[in-house]
Amino acid sequence: MAVLNEEQTMLRDAAKSWVQEKSPVTAFRKMRDSGVELGYDANAWNEMAEMGWAGVIIPEEYGGSDFGYLSMGLILEEMGRTLTASPLLASGLAAASALVLGGSDAQKSEWLPKIAGGEVVGALAIDEGAHHAPEKVALKAEKSGSGYKLSGSKSFVLEGMAAGLLIVSARTSGKPGDTDGITLFLVAGDAKGVSRKRLHLADSRGAANITFDGVEVGADAVLGEVDKGYALLEKTLDRARAGLCAEMLGSAVQAFEVTLDYLKVRVQFGQVIGSFQALQHRAAKMFTDLELARSAVEAALQAIDADTPDVPELVSLAKAKMGDVFHLVSNEMVQMHGGIGMTDAHDAGFYMKRARAAEAAFGNQAYHRDRYARIQGY
Amino acid sequence: MADFGGSDLDAFRTEARDWIEANFPKSLKGKGSMMMREERTEPTPDMTAWRQAMGEKGWGVPTWPAQYGGGGLTPAHGRIIQQELGRVGAYNPIGGMGVMMFGPTLLEYGTEAQKQQHIPPIVKGELQWCQGFSEPGAGSDLASLQTRAEDKGDHYIVNGQKIWTSGAQWAQWCFCLVRTDTTKKHEGISFVLFPMDVPGVEVRPIPLIAGNSPFCETFLTDVRVEKDQVVGPVNGGWTVAKRLLQHERSGLSGAGGGGGGGRSLVKLAKDYVGADESGRLSDSDLRTRVIMNEIDGRAFQLTAMRAMAESKANSGPSAATSIMKNAGTRWMQDRAELTIELMGHQGLGWEGDDFTAEELGAVRSWLGGKATTIYGGSQEVQNNIISKRILGLPDPK
Repeated sequence: MAVLNEEQTMLRDAAKSWVQEKSPVTAFRKMRDSGVELGYDANAWNEMAEMGWAGVIIPEEYGGSDFGYLSMGLILEEMGRTLTASPLLASGLAAASALVLGGSDAQKSEWLPKIAGGEVVGALAIDEGAHHAPEKVALKAEKSGSGYKLSGSKSFVLEGMAAGLLIVSARTSGKPGDTDGITLFLVAGDAKGVSRKRLHLADSRGAANITFDGVEVGADAVLGEVDKGYALLEKTLDRARAGLCAEMLGSAVQAFEVTLDYLKVRVQFGQVIGSFQALQHRAAKMFTDLELARSAVEAALQAIDADTPDVPELVSLAKAKMGDVFHLVSNEMVQMHGGIGMTDAHDAGFYMKRARAAEAAFGNQAYHRDRYARIQGY
Repeated sequence: MADFGGSDLDAFRTEARDWIEANFPKSLKGKGSMMMREERTEPTPDMTAWRQAMGEKGWGVPTWPAQYGGGGLTPAHGRIIQQELGRVGAYNPIGGMGVMMFGPTLLEYGTEAQKQQHIPPIVKGELQWCQGFSEPGAGSDLASLQTRAEDKGDHYIVNGQKIWTSGAQWAQWCFCLVRTDTTKKHEGISFVLFPMDVPGVEVRPIPLIAGNSPFCETFLTDVRVEKDQVVGPVNGGWTVAKRLLQHERSGLSGAGGGGGGGRSLVKLAKDYVGADESGRLSDSDLRTRVIMNEIDGRAFQLTAMRAMAESKANSGPSAATSIMKNAGTRWMQDRAELTIELMGHQGLGWEGDDFTAEELGAVRSWLGGKATTIYGGSQEVQNNIISKRILGLPDPK
């Protein structure tokens, strides 16, 4: 655990106690069983917003607290422990980052206070295929009057069902795969021509495929520069990835601790199974890997707060490492629990399903290993 | 020896810089790594002069107490000395097992007379120590050691065989674990000291898979050990030994063996495997494995930094410390394996001028580095320690 200042410690403790009291895994199970279309509990999200969590990275002048990304990561880590489903990552971190980094004064004034207050959920509509590939943008934005007309579709939009504000990557020139020619647009969720279809995913979280059928937006909907949106998108994505890593860290640590507790109580062959060296050494390996992953995740969040040039490589390092470790720990959670781990009544399956969805989001391990090397010139 | 504890660190930096400038022989610039070589050569007069200067100053062990010749300085001062040495290509000539393991342990557990006798020669780099711990039948299960010390009234007579006594062929003294009570396991062990030139000590170097090595077998036949050379209580040597092993492990996690140092894996890969116009390595399978090793190395370094920051802030060891030996050695061994694989047939040379020094070094490092997951508590013993002490998992029935 990184060395925290006083306000970070308070925030972490507040998140820990709220999550334990108000949002244990049973709350996630209830949400899943309810089949709620949003993919999260709206009342719980309201409480989170009231505590100011949606504004942690938003400057004070726009209604936030400007505590920074490590602080946001501490909250997400606690939420990850109990698999708390909420738009905090998509809205309070990803969408808010895009606006803070690239928004005009007017855009920030219009949207950031609403995001900070939780009144509007923002979401990134980025990917179009089965794999994360932010440069493969085919969705077209053509000049139309003084503004633009958007046509195309986006897939796997996290919190896409809840989104009142979509941050859409569109092609204004070039072809899919070019990093030049991408422009980001702010599109209201209820704009004419936007239609969404809920995705029922294994991890039960909120996601949608969204179609843009000649959606008209004004010139003031452009976020950042026309044709030069890729750099802003990458910076935004790196912040989203680091936040997701923090959530994954919390989930993986919890999955490990629950498994460790089980090893100490489950009796077979007349002794607790945790006394078997075959399991002890696998537990020691998981502990070792979790410590390594924690260092990478915290270093990425700290680098974002310090705005150092190594943010992209540290983020890819963290996402690659954290993905591998969460993958391992969630598999071991099921395996070490044996038959009970296979049942829907047990939580182990939730962690394994969430691990795969989180691994795939914003680039899986293969994506980030490749990116880590590309950034460093090999 | 002055105490700089209260004075300004910037002023100390200037003082250290001036003193090193005045005392470090220019001929030794950049020769630090040669000092770490396993095969010893006669020191040149400049080497001896530098060792004596640092020894007198006490800066080889800056944080040890000044009353025994140490620097008497804070860790912050110690880091400044290290930085200033590195800045001009100088090195610390005071090292070895006496500095890394035995000295700190004796400072904690030794009697006043023992400290007066043994610490100053370590500080001055005059004496080399070797470690008589492992035996042919007591490796990972060190406490099962059989070397027997019989009480003869005013002294002990020791009989037995030690193995992996690193540096025994050059050492003047040995710190050794012996059995003083055969009826108990851990509580029957004592920690004793004796000079290597007493009658009955016979040393045979052991060639290893990487060639010549500092490791030896040491046979002890009716060796006399004085009673004032027992460190800690009689039959209480296991506690002292455990502390010494902690010093050993902290020294082993980041350094030594395993193909560390030298050019980066990426540069080697570009030379031996090639890259396309964008610089991307041509062999995609090797590229992935290079990336994974680079990622593991970076995560390990970040963990070392985090553990340091946490220890400082919490004034106690961080939980991350326990993973360092396994994580560090695993990464370095993978790196050494990858290095010779990248070099292909050139990474298989044993000797001769068909191979570069780098290639020959890579082969020896790959082989020598295999020891890092065996000594100082094997990988499996480390996992047992994590399981029991950190994770609280029980012993089998």
